[in-house]
Amino acid sequence: MSFNASVSAQDFPILTRKIRDDKRLVYLDSGATSQKPHVVIDAQSNFYRMQNAAAHRGAHQLAEEATDALENARQIVANFLNAHHDEVVFTKSATESLNLVAYAMGNAEKGNRFHLTAGDGIVVTEMEHHANLIPWQQLAARTGATLSWFEVTPEGRLDLSNIAQVITDKTKVVALTHQSNVLGTIIPLQEIVKRAHEVGAVVVLDACQSVPHMPVDVKALDIDFLAFSGHKTVGPTGIGIFWGRRELLAELPPFLTGGSMIENVTMTGATWAPAPKKFEPGVPSMAQAVGLGAALTYLTDIGMNNIHEHELSLTKYLLKEFEAIEGLTVIGPRDMNMRGGSVSFTVGDIHPHDVGQYLDSQGIAVRTGHHCAWPLARKMGVPASTRASFYLYNTQDDLDALVTGIRGAQKYFG
Amino acid sequence: MQLDNLYQEVILDHYKNPQHKKLNPVYDAQVHHINPSCGDEITLNVSLDAGMVKEVSWDGVGCSISQASASILTDLLIGKSLAQAQEISDAFMQLMQSKGTESGNADLLEDAVALAGVSQYPARIKCALLGWMAFKDASVQALAKNS
Repeated sequence: MSFNASVSAQDFPILTRKIRDDKRLVYLDSGATSQKPHVVIDAQSNFYRMQNAAAHRGAHQLAEEATDALENARQIVANFLNAHHDEVVFTKSATESLNLVAYAMGNAEKGNRFHLTAGDGIVVTEMEHHANLIPWQQLAARTGATLSWFEVTPEGRLDLSNIAQVITDKTKVVALTHQSNVLGTIIPLQEIVKRAHEVGAVVVLDACQSVPHMPVDVKALDIDFLAFSGHKTVGPTGIGIFWGRRELLAELPPFLTGGSMIENVTMTGATWAPAPKKFEPGVPSMAQAVGLGAALTYLTDIGMNNIHEHELSLTKYLLKEFEAIEGLTVIGPRDMNMRGGSVSFTVGDIHPHDVGQYLDSQGIAVRTGHHCAWPLARKMGVPASTRASFYLYNTQDDLDALVTGIRGAQKYFG
Repeated sequence: MQLDNLYQEVILDHYKNPQHKKLNPVYDAQVHHINPSCGDEITLNVSLDAGMVKEVSWDGVGCSISQASASILTDLLIGKSLAQAQEISDAFMQLMQSKGTESGNADLLEDAVALAGVSQYPARIKCALLGWMAFKDASVQALAKNS
């Protein structure tokens, strides 16, 4: 394997920055947002510099070039997910993608397969990020459908022991995260998809924490919809992906309406363009789409398997190191079975904010709090935790710095 | 270390030995405030007596800054007139928004000036204000109830 994280790190200009009294930046917050390599920054700024025009509009060369750039980016995303070009919808964020599918289902009229009423069921899990929980709570509230969920075990795994009672004949949608942004747990998707499809429900996968870090093939996973965000995949902010099976996108009503998502418009009504345009009103985030294309090309060149293996080896190393720190509790799986590169923990009675502040003083960037998964934090019995999350540019040195930092915090607040 | 500006000894002392951190079951008003960005929570009880802050008690979970700030608040405001409490609260708010340019009036703010360093860490200002916003809310409610 030719992958070397130290070499990859050189592609990311921000990692040469000094933080707080000239400390080396140790960036362990990629679960919140990833850093950007030169190729992404250049691709985005080159679009603005040389090709900027409104894609799919205008009778001029720049508009043609912008359209080509946008559609080329769409093809890169499609290839990355093993999807079709017309199944990939550009949104502004993964949050928007998840709201899109939830609101679009809410717009479905009687007779449409997505139409929900009282008596229908929506299933989520206790480990959802708020972005894949609240849209479904709201959809349930608007339609009268019942929201139910898989619980999380003390080890931080999904409890599927009652799967037949949670996913029933009434269930229309099962929306769940591929990998917990807090626990790092990778869920047993296959079993859930099988059960969901048995009862005729569609599966919506929040892949924000998986697509950036491991190979994700939508066909192999046999899912129906998927969302991920550009900025967590070394791409720009302001771009998200919504993927759906072609035949399902054809039936799903639109969410946001406006320019360029139409087929025909009169003063009293409108008909819709086919997907993906049906879901892309307004001038798209073109520069961001181009940047995302560059990001996924960059990741593909390195190899998603290489990235995944690298993060697993970092996680394994950190979990081992953590065992030696007295008072440190890992929130989530302590073994490497079905687990990704995100480790949440508490350090004795020291509040995570204080841990995070001390680590920051050492140049180490981590996330603290409930990580936008408040019900999960409550379930795990910790109001807040500290999270270290990794990416291809992190090295064992970064983890050693973290361990030293945690010991420093213990001394400082002890 | 720069961090020592933030975590002054007084703060760590209040954090380890928080004052009035036990809810008095008798109160004029009780409020529950949350910092939604981090999940810190405080429940705070206030009793007034003839325009005076008779008692403040609280309970909660949170970081050293939020806990110390609530503790300092109780020491500072109990026994003061509502007008004085208002003046102190306003001065504290101003100090928190000073971005490190003010050190605070020690005659007025006493131990609370130890929190001056917080104003240099924008993400932590809400932590320091959690108890103060709760007090503001509770005292208004208590006043309304008593009038």
